[in-house]
Amino acid sequence: MTSFNAALVRADTPQLTRVINGYPITYLDSGATSLPPRAVIEAMSRHYELHHANVHRSVFQTASEATEAYEGARLAIAKFINAPGGAEEIVFTKNCTESFNLLARSWGRVNLKQGDVVLLSEMEHHANIVPWFQLRDMLGFEVRFIPVTDDFRLDLSNIDELMKGVKLLSVTGMSNVLGTINPIKELSAIAHKHGALIAVDAAQSVAHSVTDVKDLDVDFMCFSAHKMLGPTGIGIFWTRKEILRDMPPFLGGGGMIADVSVDGYTPANGPTRFEAGTPPIAEAAGLGAAVTYLTGLGMANIAQHEHDLTGDALTRLELEFSGRIRVIGPRDMTNRGGVISIDVDGVHPHDVAQMLDQFGVCVRPGHHCAKPLMKRFGLNATARISYGPYSLVRDTDMLLEALHSAIGMFG
Amino acid sequence: MAGLEDLYKEIIMDHYRSPRNRGELPTPPAVCTEGFNPLCGDQITVYIDVTDGVLKDIKITGQGCSISQSSSSLMSAAVKGKSLEQVQETIGTFKQLMTGHETALEDGGEPEKVDIRALGELAALQGVVKFPVRIKCAVLAWNTLSQALSELPS
Ligand SMILES: Cc1ncc(COP(=O)(O)O)c(C=O)c1O
Repeated sequence: MTSFNAALVRADTPQLTRVINGYPITYLDSGATSLPPRAVIEAMSRHYELHHANVHRSVFQTASEATEAYEGARLAIAKFINAPGGAEEIVFTKNCTESFNLLARSWGRVNLKQGDVVLLSEMEHHANIVPWFQLRDMLGFEVRFIPVTDDFRLDLSNIDELMKGVKLLSVTGMSNVLGTINPIKELSAIAHKHGALIAVDAAQSVAHSVTDVKDLDVDFMCFSAHKMLGPTGIGIFWTRKEILRDMPPFLGGGGMIADVSVDGYTPANGPTRFEAGTPPIAEAAGLGAAVTYLTGLGMANIAQHEHDLTGDALTRLELEFSGRIRVIGPRDMTNRGGVISIDVDGVHPHDVAQMLDQFGVCVRPGHHCAKPLMKRFGLNATARISYGPYSLVRDTDMLLEALHSAIGMFG
Repeated sequence: MAGLEDLYKEIIMDHYRSPRNRGELPTPPAVCTEGFNPLCGDQITVYIDVTDGVLKDIKITGQGCSISQSSSSLMSAAVKGKSLEQVQETIGTFKQLMTGHETALEDGGEPEKVDIRALGELAALQGVVKFPVRIKCAVLAWNTLSQALSELPS
């Protein structure tokens, strides 16, 4: 059973009661990080108040409670993305970025060599670019990019050519700049047809739509808890059991071993092999609560809600600011999520964001860690508006009012 | 709460709308240095022509927000035609204006009054210190100029 009412989600989110510069906060930066509901905050304080202990290898009561919360979150995530092999396929990292570094340094290091190609897209976040460049500089394979069309979609017209020599296709589920939702199912079929594996950057998509790795038929997925109403400090790496089994450890230390002697070590099996040191335990408890909360709302409901908000905002931006504000992203609402990047003629994004802050409106200026994409469209920066499940039309109202005022000031 | 008018003073907006010393200089003899603000993607290129210890000409290109652009324009006007010694002194005073009293601000104090008269129009940028994230925008041009000076053939 799911029930969705954005006004109730808002009431569940303590930070949305803030008053900024005399105005109730208008939070339009969920793409950067989302605001946790009370349920998540309470799960974390409850953990520290009652259940805190280090996980694994202990018999006392609170230690097993902490372990239960930690492993419970693993299971919750496995169900949330429909991992075919269950909790055994979920590795906890620090964030989506670390998940990509794990993918590159563990799987990539033993599976890529000179002559191979890793195919990315021009709309990737630096998290899915830099680790590949780093590894390329060590191993000498090629990093290639799928171009983006003038209407902000992946240009797949030449994909069979681009796929030549590709061992891994690694693309984002949804662009954090454009809002474009990519055809992952189609891409996985293409990758597999060419004998390649496919990784998905789900940092944006996972919080705003239904995610089913089995149905998508993908091989790797990386995302962060803090963009899906959870806490910072914990990220997720998923791959199929058969692949994970053969991946060498990435970080070494306690927790990831089966045995250590003065001669060497044997790594543990399963996901713990990749979880060196004391893991983010309270964060896992928070993440578990976030998954329960999101599941209760229903991911399809959230997707529909943000779709409606975005469509309305795009129409009104066009109506009220045509000629002055250019949207850097698809106008067409099919396969488009709740991220709107704007370029205000004559006002730099930094100044736009500063002006909006005066009205308590939080939007993000900058290159959004997607410099190749910025370059593709001849921009240095945009101001980005991004919605969450707690966003309401009234947020858009305030945004537009503040935009009018900002433009007025700059003339 | 710092008011926006502190940030967007008339002088700043004027230099943003009609920046002084925009353009390029032939290199050589001019030296050219590029600066980036990795946070917001602002980019600036400073060209300087130094002859006999005097900064004879300066030109600037680049893209950025009103604060980084006006700061570079104000800087170019302040240093053009000055001796390198005077240029270094102006850079020092400006940087002190931007960062020197951060500690005072953290302690809840008002920004201490540096020698504003010596700064002339540059003093218009003083309001930026009340918006800590924007200080990086204001100093971008200055750091780039410092870099260019250090790259002069000796
Ligand atoms: C598409 C995308 N990928 C990766 C990331 C990196 O996430 P994190 O900074 O949590 O590692 C982000 C967040 O900005 C993102 O939007």
